Amino acid sequence: MNFDLSDEQKMLGEQARGLLSERSPYDHLRGLIDAKAEWDEPLWRELGDMGFLGAMVPEEYGGLSMGALDLGVIAQELGRNNAAVPFFSSIVLCAEAIRLAGNDAQKAQWLPKLASGEAVGCFAYAEGPGPVFATGATFADGRLSGMKSPVADGGIANIAVVLVQGGALALVELDQPGVTRTKFDSFDQLRAHYRIDFADAVAEMMPGESLLEQLIDRAAVQAAFESVGAAEACLNMARDYAMDRQMFGRPLASYQAIKHKLADLAVAVELARSNAFYAGWASQEAPALLPSAAASARLSALAAFEMGARENLQVHGGVGYTQEANCHFYYRRERLNAVALGNRDYWADRLIKNLPTEQAEAA
Amino acid sequence: MDFNDTPQEAAFRTEVRAWLATHAPAHVIPAGEMMDDSEEVQRGKAWQRCVYDGGYAGITLPIELGGRGGSVIEAVVFAEEESKYLLPKGPYIGIGLSMAIAVIAKHGNEAQRDKFIEATLKGDLTWCQLFSEPSAGSDLANVRTKAVQDGNTSWIVNGQKVWSSWAHRSDWGILVVRTDPTVPKHKGMTFFVVDMKSPGVDIRPIRQISGASDFNETFLTDVRIPDENRIGEPGDGWACCMTVLMGERLASGSHKSMVAPLFDYAAATPGTNGGTALDSGSTRLALAQAYAEEQASRWFEARLRTMVSRGENPGALAGMVKLAYATRLQKASGLALELRGLDAMAPAHGDAQTRDIQYDYIWSTAMRIAGGADEVLKNQIAERVLGMPGDVRMDKNVPFQDLK
Repeated sequence: MNFDLSDEQKMLGEQARGLLSERSPYDHLRGLIDAKAEWDEPLWRELGDMGFLGAMVPEEYGGLSMGALDLGVIAQELGRNNAAVPFFSSIVLCAEAIRLAGNDAQKAQWLPKLASGEAVGCFAYAEGPGPVFATGATFADGRLSGMKSPVADGGIANIAVVLVQGGALALVELDQPGVTRTKFDSFDQLRAHYRIDFADAVAEMMPGESLLEQLIDRAAVQAAFESVGAAEACLNMARDYAMDRQMFGRPLASYQAIKHKLADLAVAVELARSNAFYAGWASQEAPALLPSAAASARLSALAAFEMGARENLQVHGGVGYTQEANCHFYYRRERLNAVALGNRDYWADRLIKNLPTEQAEAA
Repeated sequence: MDFNDTPQEAAFRTEVRAWLATHAPAHVIPAGEMMDDSEEVQRGKAWQRCVYDGGYAGITLPIELGGRGGSVIEAVVFAEEESKYLLPKGPYIGIGLSMAIAVIAKHGNEAQRDKFIEATLKGDLTWCQLFSEPSAGSDLANVRTKAVQDGNTSWIVNGQKVWSSWAHRSDWGILVVRTDPTVPKHKGMTFFVVDMKSPGVDIRPIRQISGASDFNETFLTDVRIPDENRIGEPGDGWACCMTVLMGERLASGSHKSMVAPLFDYAAATPGTNGGTALDSGSTRLALAQAYAEEQASRWFEARLRTMVSRGENPGALAGMVKLAYATRLQKASGLALELRGLDAMAPAHGDAQTRDIQYDYIWSTAMRIAGGADEVLKNQIAERVLGMPGDVRMDKNVPFQDLK
């Protein structure tokens, strides 16, 4: 047994972390918000050039054919940094959907562009309030109709993978007359969301119809890594602030009320990371265990990030409520992560329906 | 990341499985079979002897000390496979293997190693732990039981120890006492092994809130301990304690889920709005989260073992496992009683599962205190993992005798 990331994976993480901390520091994120920027396009290009976007795309389509753990290492760093890039929409969901469910022509047309960052994709699933995996949109005779809302990164995306009636996935180019995009004020100021209306839009069905759950499970693993990275950033930010801040003649960090709060958070982060590791491993090596592993990873990661986002701001006191402090990036992102890809109720349900038997685990 | 056994580990697992298949069944105690303490200890000793004869006792202990000289991972593999059988492996065996041998191997002299280690590995000697006192729990260095030297050859011990599991069935005890009250508390302690049949050792069961008496209080009145049973130098008691307490972690090999049976339990209980209790959203969420956390803990332990197998010391990280476990046990068992309804407070005769859950709910309180209370572990994590400052202390550099 060697239950740890490989040296190569650790190095990959360090590379991503180095690039992101240099190109996307908090002041840069604040600047993007002030400029009402849709996204951080230069950073996206750079991530593409360095191969981060194509990590899991097959080599024959211009990627690196790496695995879920490799991608997870990158997702963890993006979560830690809160970068304003459509990684989750374009890579984890759209490119993965095409890789899993698309036909050869669809793969050949889009995977190389998504892997390089030249094209951006999104995944359109929700249709207003309620459960996020909604299937009211319809597809017939090469035409797509219906409404999807909200769709993350829907404004910058060239293509969308759309969840339609019967749980099937349609592929649609967004720059066409049958598509109308309406921008919202997004709760997460670094992730633009859109309503997209389809009126007889030209679209293609992807042939792998029964792959929705697999796609979502695999994406949940990446979302877990992202949330673990973000939760750890909250933990470190709170710790650093408490070490520095003096209260009643001693460091804030010397009070048990603060120490115990952050110890609880540290436990939550390590447990969530462990589940993410296991789910990443299961993504690659034990597909039968993926549904329960992904659900467990998702639940643990959301718990850790929720605690991290809230308690980090709390430890900062009043300064945490200012835009100049950095707690709010995570406080807003956390709620987005909590509902994107299905809330806790959805994943609790999915876990209970997929509890592994002892036989499956022994196999 | 490779979650599977390496070829060497797989070969070892195959060997262990075959050996257990041959030897374990004769020692299995079927679920529900009741027996008294002394019978259980006898069976535990017999199984330990069998393990010793098979060459699997003290897997990580160096060969020159009588162990197998194997790896931590081999010990984990053996524990995992062994835990598949219901074998008599209580504290009466575990304290000797994980605590007494560790401290004697590290701090003892050659004569002490010769006398105790092999006999303990063979199951001939059972041990109890005499550390905690009425006013020395989380603050263990506050021990007041004192030993006074009587000439050069022996010590006279007086005081009271508590929470000594299975002391009434133990041959020997590992004991920490105060030998110098004129120096600060961590510096004036000394470590001994004590023959539990010595005159002046009086063991009384503690009546616990569970109704059972797993633990004892041990009164020591003018107990004479020969100097040859002192472990380490006078004043080294705290270092010896640390060796013992570090060895307490990473011992478990069982992955039996505590939460998984609760899904079936909920599904077998009528629900508030028809259906079953497992149809309730809040119940589903709470149970699923507990299960997810339990799984996480299992993989976290795998990460810790990987660290140990590389020679890294997980330190205070290891305390996270127990910290999370005890709270989860309390929450999940408490939830299970609640979803069951009033019936859980007085279950029908024969409803063994509800009785077990009641017991878990009671026992979880002990788990949150024993082996490092929640609050102690949180301090350790904050200070040693996160690098936060230590608590303000009033007892630093103050001679023990001057403390309040």
